Amino acid sequence: MTRLPDPSVQTAPLLAVDDLRVSFATPQGELRAVQGVSLTLERGKTLGIVGESGSGKTVLSRAIMGLLPQGSATQTGSVRYQGQEILNAPAKELRRLWGTQIAMVFQDPMTSLNPVQRIGHQITETLKLHLKLGRDEAKETALSLLMQVGIPSPVERYDAYPTQLSGGMRQRVIIAIALACAPRLLMADEPTTGLDVTVQAQILDLLSTLQRDREMGMVLVTHDLGVVATRTDEIIVMYAGNVVERAPTSVLFSRMSMPYTEALLRSIPRIGNPSHTRLQAIEGRPPNLIAPPAGCPFAPRCPYVQDKCRREKPPLVEGVVPGHSYACWFPLQTQGAVAAGAGAGSGSGSA
Amino acid sequence: MTDMISPQNEGLELALLGAAGSGSTAGSGSVLGAPAKKRLGPFFWICAGWIGLIILLALIANLLPLPNPDFENYANPQNAGPAWGHLLGTDDLNRDIFSRLLFGSRVSLVVGFGGAGIGLILGGLPAMYAAYRRGRVDTAFNTISYAVLAFPAIVAVIAIGEFWGHQLWKITLVIGVFSAPLIFRVVRASTLSYASRDFVMAAKALGASDRRILGRELLPNILPTIVSFGLIAVATIIVLEGTLAFLGLSVPPPTPSWGNMLNESASLLSGGKGQTNPWLVIFPATAMFSLLFTLNVVADKLRAYFDVAEVKL
Amino acid sequence: MGTYIAKRAVLLVLIVFFVSVAAFFLVHLLPGNPSVAILGPNDTPQNAAILNHQLGLDKPLAEQYFIWIGHVFQGNLGQSFTTHETTTSVISQSYPIDVELIIFSQLMAAVVAVPLAMKASRRPNRLFDQLANSTAFGMLALPPFVIGPVLVLIFAVHWHVFPGPASYVPITQGFWSNIHTMLLPSIVLALGSIVVYFRLLRNDLIATLQEDFITMARSKGLSDRRILWRHALRPSSVSVLASAGVTISGLIAGTFVVELLLQLPGLGFQLISAINQDDYTVVQGITLVVAVAVVLINFVFDFIFTVVDPRIARD
Repeated sequence: MTRLPDPSVQTAPLLAVDDLRVSFATPQGELRAVQGVSLTLERGKTLGIVGESGSGKTVLSRAIMGLLPQGSATQTGSVRYQGQEILNAPAKELRRLWGTQIAMVFQDPMTSLNPVQRIGHQITETLKLHLKLGRDEAKETALSLLMQVGIPSPVERYDAYPTQLSGGMRQRVIIAIALACAPRLLMADEPTTGLDVTVQAQILDLLSTLQRDREMGMVLVTHDLGVVATRTDEIIVMYAGNVVERAPTSVLFSRMSMPYTEALLRSIPRIGNPSHTRLQAIEGRPPNLIAPPAGCPFAPRCPYVQDKCRREKPPLVEGVVPGHSYACWFPLQTQGAVAAGAGAGSGSGSA
Repeated sequence: MTDMISPQNEGLELALLGAAGSGSTAGSGSVLGAPAKKRLGPFFWICAGWIGLIILLALIANLLPLPNPDFENYANPQNAGPAWGHLLGTDDLNRDIFSRLLFGSRVSLVVGFGGAGIGLILGGLPAMYAAYRRGRVDTAFNTISYAVLAFPAIVAVIAIGEFWGHQLWKITLVIGVFSAPLIFRVVRASTLSYASRDFVMAAKALGASDRRILGRELLPNILPTIVSFGLIAVATIIVLEGTLAFLGLSVPPPTPSWGNMLNESASLLSGGKGQTNPWLVIFPATAMFSLLFTLNVVADKLRAYFDVAEVKL
Repeated sequence: MGTYIAKRAVLLVLIVFFVSVAAFFLVHLLPGNPSVAILGPNDTPQNAAILNHQLGLDKPLAEQYFIWIGHVFQGNLGQSFTTHETTTSVISQSYPIDVELIIFSQLMAAVVAVPLAMKASRRPNRLFDQLANSTAFGMLALPPFVIGPVLVLIFAVHWHVFPGPASYVPITQGFWSNIHTMLLPSIVLALGSIVVYFRLLRNDLIATLQEDFITMARSKGLSDRRILWRHALRPSSVSVLASAGVTISGLIAGTFVVELLLQLPGLGFQLISAINQDDYTVVQGITLVVAVAVVLINFVFDFIFTVVDPRIARD
């Protein structure tokens, strides 16, 4: 597949999302899963999207790719891949992009792989279909992919069924499938959830390496702030369908502004902590996305909440440092509370 | 009634509940379309009413002013179409079709409900007990049910009927016995899904006797399955008996039964005369269709109403 | 997987044994002495005694059974009392018709049911799905003995599209005329199977399509059709294959019906004729053969599952 440099394509960012809103019609009312998210991503960069379950991050990643079941969701806004608008594009157009330009690494490799197909076949399927490789060529490429993702003895594994592999290996297979046709944009949706801790680190390192080698843009979606700490260029923190803070990674950790981000950081257990240190869970529960209350969505759980927070919803504003925006009426700096109290822990995450 | 010998696929007979007629639809309710509404709807009542009407007429047939269904009354016209004296016409032996239909329904109903009842007792009761107790009792019954299921029911019933006799009660009994294994499997699966739940353990911990647990805790929960599947069983048995009658191997003539009537009209078709009385085919066929259809509808609506589709293991 | 097969094989042998015992005992269901029943009440007791001895009925039951089984294994299933043909030859002449009917009808059913189920499962509970479901439901109320005469009435007697009863032509005598005679009975048989296949496949497909690996397949840029046929169909076909074992019983009943209806000289027809003539040995023989065949077929289908879905053997 030749990639001739195309001037118009090169100037547009790899991925540009503008005020994306996604809502679902439910018997109880309209569920607003994503309430106006904007982001950009360039080639070779990694964007981390962090949030609890229910924050809308998975819906966001699927909506960006266009993978939500047809007709189930209302999507407004704009999603541009290399300048081309893909939000609400017809399935045919999207299919041309999927696999070859944009690919997704799914969580839960147990259910994401077809249990009755051999993994070799699952890898070569797109090779034969999109790249029109012959059977032997495809097999060679698949074997080399298996090696790249770090699966030992790929030749023997080639004919295995997913149930015959361990969780970590299955996840590597999923990565291999995603990368088979050399996409430019990789969406990784919780790629390590459910895996052993040691395996998690390996998988994440693998993703970073592959991304560097192939100069892909990568979006890493996770609930674990520690995972994105060292491996991303920019981080977006999501809460209840909104972006509540966005910054280049180092800035986020050094100038954390939104209390939710701080709470997320504090809730990560550290290996360095003395034993029996209390786990700092965030109190309360995520808000109802069907009838969101007025004011800041985090207000009910925020330890620094004030009256204004409950009445008016804070807009996303630029902070002092360029590229850093947050949605908070009383960002942490202004309170004098040193965010470093939790130890701006870049590099000491649990991954 | 079925010939599955696949212990691994136990959940399948519940899936087959879907195939047999109470269609389970992933994520929605009645097979007849539209998500499950938590009410039975007018269609349900119409169908249930039709079944009730047939049963009622069968019961009081003797009291109605009907011409004798068995008697070949040469005073009647032959092969007449519907007319005032004979609401649905007469057949080629000058018997009144309407009267034959009414009296004939008795055979289907008796065999259907009777056979299902026998099957429920022979199959359902042990099933509840076996599923609750587990262990060797369960394995024993299970193996027996597989063994009996393996034998194709129709062949067995034909053979036994041939050697033992074609009386109505014998046929009902034999069909009932052969429907027991499938009922056993379904009731067992259903009971199993409840027997392991906490409320049963709670009852045990409170010292409730087995009988009480079976009767008060488990039975009410599996009752919807039993009723719904029971109606399906009735329909299936009616089909089985009808097939037998069509083959001439059920209750012998001149006793009318719907299958018999179709048998006679079919043999007339093969006469090749081209002069067959089409009503002889159409009326019994329509009657049978209406009964089977309404039974299936009622069973399916009940199942959807009680949301029994969730009883997949 | 080897132990799985071995276990099933043992079960198979046991069941076949049961079946043979049951078939053997059928004759003893006859009221009174079988010889008397065979000869009829007008014959002499001496003749009955002679026949009794000839049939070995004066020996202990267990011995009778083993003698009988011994004969069976040698291919001797007794003789027809009326035509004096051997049962084996009766069976071997008639079973090809049944085989043809069953294969023909199931193929028809599959060809219709699979695409319908696929189309219905793509948009569950929308118009097409609801129509298909309601139609399937209606067909449940039309078993072969109900719809058969109706169809024959319409298509063979009224409009001469298909040949009427008693017009069977064996393949050897003409391929197309054979197909012509087999078409109507196969359609009658296929109707019931279509319902079962469609319903099961549709439900399974809908469930499968909600699985994660289908979303993953979509994200690979595969077309809907490819996903349905290559990815969703196989995991969803387990229930259908299992149901093939179940529908065998209904199929046999249906086969008997159409054979009688259209006078096709298959096993069902022979069985019924033998019954009408009180030809007990033939009845016994056909019963045994059919029952054993069904058990074997079920076993084969069980085996096929493990090929289609490797997960099953693993359990």
